[in-house]
Amino acid sequence: MRILGLAGRRLAASIPTLILILIGVFLLLQFAPGDTVDAMMAQMGGGDAATAKELRRFYGLDLSVTAQLGNYLWRLVRFDLGFSSIYGKPVATVIAERLPATILLMTASLSFAFFFGLILGVVAARGVNKWPDTIISSLGLIFYATPSFWFGLMAIVVFSVYLQWLPAGGLEDITVAQTGIWRTIDIAKHLVLPTLTLGLIFLAIYLRIMRASMLEVLNLDFVRTARAKGLDETSVVVRHVLRNALLPMVTLIGLQAGTMLGGSVVVESVFSLPGLGRLAYESVIQRDLNTLLGIIFVSALLVILVNFFVDILYARLDPRISTEG
Amino acid sequence: MDFTRRAALMTSAAIASSVLFPERSFAQETPRKGGVFSVHYGAEQRMLNPSLQASTGVYIVGGKIQEPLVDLDARGQTVGVLAESWESSPDGKTITFKLRQGVTWHDGKPFTSADVQFTAMNMWKKILNYGSTLQLFLTAVDTPDPLTAVFRYERPMPLNLLLRALPDLGYVSPKHLYENGDIRQNPVNLAPVGTGPFKFVQYERGQHIIADRNPNYWRPNAPYLDRIVWRVITDRAAAAAQLEAGQLHYSPFSGLTISDMARLGKDPRFIVSTKGNEGNARTNTLEFNFRRKELADIRVRKAIAHAINVPFFIENFLGDFAKLGTGPIPSVSTDFYPGADTPQYAYDKALAAKLLDEAGFRAGAGGARFSLRLLPAPWGEDVSLWATFIQQSLSEIGVRVEIVRNDGGGFLKQVYDDHAFDIATGWHQYRNDPAVSTTVWYRSGQPKGAPWTNQWGWTDATIDKIIDDAATEVDPVKRKALYRDFVTRANGELPIWMPIEQIFVTVINAKARNHSNTPRWGSSTWHDLWLAE
Repeated sequence: MRILGLAGRRLAASIPTLILILIGVFLLLQFAPGDTVDAMMAQMGGGDAATAKELRRFYGLDLSVTAQLGNYLWRLVRFDLGFSSIYGKPVATVIAERLPATILLMTASLSFAFFFGLILGVVAARGVNKWPDTIISSLGLIFYATPSFWFGLMAIVVFSVYLQWLPAGGLEDITVAQTGIWRTIDIAKHLVLPTLTLGLIFLAIYLRIMRASMLEVLNLDFVRTARAKGLDETSVVVRHVLRNALLPMVTLIGLQAGTMLGGSVVVESVFSLPGLGRLAYESVIQRDLNTLLGIIFVSALLVILVNFFVDILYARLDPRISTEG
Repeated sequence: MDFTRRAALMTSAAIASSVLFPERSFAQETPRKGGVFSVHYGAEQRMLNPSLQASTGVYIVGGKIQEPLVDLDARGQTVGVLAESWESSPDGKTITFKLRQGVTWHDGKPFTSADVQFTAMNMWKKILNYGSTLQLFLTAVDTPDPLTAVFRYERPMPLNLLLRALPDLGYVSPKHLYENGDIRQNPVNLAPVGTGPFKFVQYERGQHIIADRNPNYWRPNAPYLDRIVWRVITDRAAAAAQLEAGQLHYSPFSGLTISDMARLGKDPRFIVSTKGNEGNARTNTLEFNFRRKELADIRVRKAIAHAINVPFFIENFLGDFAKLGTGPIPSVSTDFYPGADTPQYAYDKALAAKLLDEAGFRAGAGGARFSLRLLPAPWGEDVSLWATFIQQSLSEIGVRVEIVRNDGGGFLKQVYDDHAFDIATGWHQYRNDPAVSTTVWYRSGQPKGAPWTNQWGWTDATIDKIIDDAATEVDPVKRKALYRDFVTRANGELPIWMPIEQIFVTVINAKARNHSNTPRWGSSTWHDLWLAE
């Protein structure tokens, strides 16, 4: 119950932040020259001024900025995200269509990065300054330094163009209709390269953090005590060190959920995935304010949700946290 | 069943002969039924109905589903699609179309002259971009019987102008699905219903659009393909990789990077060419804002044109995909191209400097004369490269150029609404007749905020008169002469400079057959396109 109370307080505290972010983005976008009707004209390849005027009235763009913002917030209070001018559908529907791809990609990349980061970090820490550590640390540095769009394109060139093992893009193969398990396998195949591309940079971070925190915990007194008791090295690492070393890793998940959403813009573009990242980019280009604000709202909710779980996990790993809260 | 077996036999015969006589295989091939054709779709659309939005992004999908009254054949001549024949009254005020018999919409309802009337009066005249200018003087469409549509104009409408415009601006929509409610908000706009060879199936935002074979299509034995899939791929490098991986067959309208197009051109699995895009010519522009006193002086505009080495730029940056332009009417326009003996501006730095001196803008401290803000449009690599090239070229004659980059919406707003530019550069797309696409760039009195119109602050009574006369001149020979005067005057006064001519580049898988066989192939119906094994 205490954990839930803690989490509830956290949630309540994030609401004002959310509203401030939405207002900030709304105002920031007003500074960009042009509105959605200009973007529409660019797409149409021309049009007359009377049409433009009529479209502005239709989308409510002829109102003052404060009136537009007021309208938006008032709709938000009633859980209405508004209407998307690029897609001609309610924003909530547009986002709901894009959310699964992003959540799939994020979950896959985070799990991949976390799991392999943890293992490689432990291996590196156990063999510190020996060859496994050197290899792993150098690899980590390379992954960290490689821009993800470049890595993505190279992965496509190698695995799709030359070896023809994996598809070069898209979420699933649409030329053949598939159902059930075959569709799942097909989607999984399409997700391998994007997951690697998005996950590697995070893997590098997790690996370094895990290595550092393992090294730190390995030098603490209770580890020496455990060893002195005659425990074998494996149980020392698993039972005593790992649990304590995991705390900074878990913190990082919460922090990186947001970063990952940002990184997904690039990966979704390179692999033509229908996710939120690309939708956000597109809405900026098309000046589709409603959709952009909707995405920010939903991403903020996502980040809050991830942090909520991190908080709970924290309390499980270190009971002191929930009692202090 | 019988047909399938026969087709299978013929196909195997074709394969056998191609093994024996590989050099002959192309000519002897029999079209194969079936197959899925995947198309690179770079930018998503707010609507897919070409009766409401004239743009290649819409035609490439909507043009397979809906059909225009007329189209262009392989030689660029007008050929009937939904219309079978047409004639104009001598005064040019009445144009009668006889429509094709036995055509049905995808939902089974018959296609009649009422559809043409409804589309022309409510969509072309009121909503369609470029259409509203073209049909400005259309007063009514009479329907004496279901297969006759009579267009009535207040002022003479040259028949050839209308026929050249209709392949793009003459798509017909079903009246029965549009007559109730707001046309712009109709859900049919994103799930188009037409008479074309392919039926709309699905639009999955961010992923793909699918259309399947129309089994009741009016052309016998067409189409060949089972399905067309448009895959939404925004990243150009990713699209090139998908072509190589075999996930895509076709990337239209210069959708890849210049270097990728050059690279794939050497790969026998692909055909890279400008063929099939002759109707989609475009010129690179340099637009001058006359509100700047320096640019209002013709000597300065001429100096700028003389200071830029266009042949060098084309050869080193655009390669085979572009050539030297000679003005607002490109050389692919067989009906109107006036030749290259209109005023031209060859590269001559000394002359440029002399002209600037004469205009009173002498080099000050450090060699600088004045500085300009250049706004490049964000479409295409070539525009961006061209902007940088202008900047470097002008610095050599003492004109400092600051490049201000924007995205699409921002560019149009700043140039065409706020007039917050000194010089701007982008594309002018020529649409077969100067009255459709080109003269609005030069005619004065364009309302503020209308993109791709004369927003330079340039007014010239002579050119206004030529433009107005040519738009209603019924005699084709006189029209051509008027447009020659137009180009001469436009090049001489130089409110806009159009020094580079380009045709869009197609990248297509070599397995595709019957492709690129009309001047606007990317936009056409693809009823005869097929895929070899």
